[in-house]
Amino acid sequence: MSSWPSKWMDLPMAGIINKPGNSLEVKTGTWRALRPVINHEKCTKCLLCWIYCPDNAIIRHEDNSVDINYDYCKGCGICARECPVKAIEMVEEGGGME
Amino acid sequence: MSCEKQVRTGLTGDEAVAYAAFHADVDVIAAYPITPQTVMVERLSEFVHNGELDAEFVPVESEHSALSASVGASLAGARVFTATASQGLALMYEILYIASALRTPIVMGLANRAFSAPINIHCSHDDAYAARDAGWIQFFAETVQEAYDLVIAGFKIAEDKNVLFPLIVNLDAFILSHSIEPLYIYEGKEVVREFLPPREPVNPIDPDNPMTYGPLALQNYYMEIKKQQYEAFKSINPHIKKVLEEYSEFSGRRYDFIKKYHVDDADIIFVILGSAAGTVREAVNRLRKEGVKVGVLSLTLYRPFPANEVREVLRNANTVIVMDRSCSIGSPGAQLYLDVATTLYSLPDRPRLVNIIYGLGGRDMFPDDIKKVLEVIKDPKVTEYWLGVRG
Repeated sequence: MSSWPSKWMDLPMAGIINKPGNSLEVKTGTWRALRPVINHEKCTKCLLCWIYCPDNAIIRHEDNSVDINYDYCKGCGICARECPVKAIEMVEEGGGME
Repeated sequence: MSCEKQVRTGLTGDEAVAYAAFHADVDVIAAYPITPQTVMVERLSEFVHNGELDAEFVPVESEHSALSASVGASLAGARVFTATASQGLALMYEILYIASALRTPIVMGLANRAFSAPINIHCSHDDAYAARDAGWIQFFAETVQEAYDLVIAGFKIAEDKNVLFPLIVNLDAFILSHSIEPLYIYEGKEVVREFLPPREPVNPIDPDNPMTYGPLALQNYYMEIKKQQYEAFKSINPHIKKVLEEYSEFSGRRYDFIKKYHVDDADIIFVILGSAAGTVREAVNRLRKEGVKVGVLSLTLYRPFPANEVREVLRNANTVIVMDRSCSIGSPGAQLYLDVATTLYSLPDRPRLVNIIYGLGGRDMFPDDIKKVLEVIKDPKVTEYWLGVRG
């Protein structure tokens, strides 16, 4: 976390996080193994993925089209499972094992 | 001038601890009954339900929950008391570390009872020793009076802004917990308030100022946060000393980290925790009449270990006999022995060290048993001896 002190003597006592809302500073999607990829031609803008995503990682645009926030998406695959038109594919991160 | 509003009475150790928590005007009690601590919880429950003590009594379903509830209440700013013994402390184990790391100044009465198996309800120091690395301040009471006083002083120490660590007051199962002894208690919580004002919490839970307590910290921050806790604990002894001095003044009874008895010219010094210190002192009286130069060092403060004070007392002895009411299976010595050995290792001219294991599961130790120890250690090869075991 960029805004946190580095040295032990400078940290808040007991490791308390005294600045709420700091999850914006921490990208928690870095350990994702599978990445959801949206096929926008198939997408019907039904927004089921947006409803089901447990991590608010579906970005909803004004026209109800959607994208994935890869900074926070953990790759759980719920969106792909729930998509009624199979417009979301789970792709292995890093290209997978050759 | 010490407080005059004290009355002479007779109480068991458990009752005295309950009265101390009552007189400290605790806000929350979360505890689960277990022999030999049950009376503490019973009395406190009565104080609350009779309307004498305005506190939340949380009748939890286990010791794990008792300490968890205590941590939550303490974070919310309450003055919190809990109590347990033996297997109950074992069930609290994971929360012990959390209570310390979150800097919650909970005070616990611990009626020291042997760990099973075999199942036993009497005294060993297994439970106190099990908590030794958890970052709790630990006192050992030698008498019922000390158990009462150390709980009251303990709240002021634990809640001190320079301390903020949880604190255990140890009292030997049955020998103290269930024996009625004469003692002075204050006339009520209004009297104690002169010494111990209401708690002023640091960083309490506050909906208008939300914070996260006990967050995840992995490779990037865990080590820094542990170092901070470790250094903080290491720095608290001067503050403990200051409060004990204040309390000595208030009560008229002197409290310090250690108690010395005939140590100045002693060739042989016994080191001991808890109620059996008096037995060893009586043995010292008898041995001194026979011209044997023996002394006793008993520790009121066990954690943080008062290493400087202990080293100063023991540095001129020929032989130091460390009495452990527990055994550390597989270790090169029992728990107190290890602390003393480490403390003395830096001396250029170290005394001989002997470890005595005594009194497990409440087995009695008499002054004549101490004479037996002196016979046994005439063999210079003896480094460890189980006192009073058949075989």
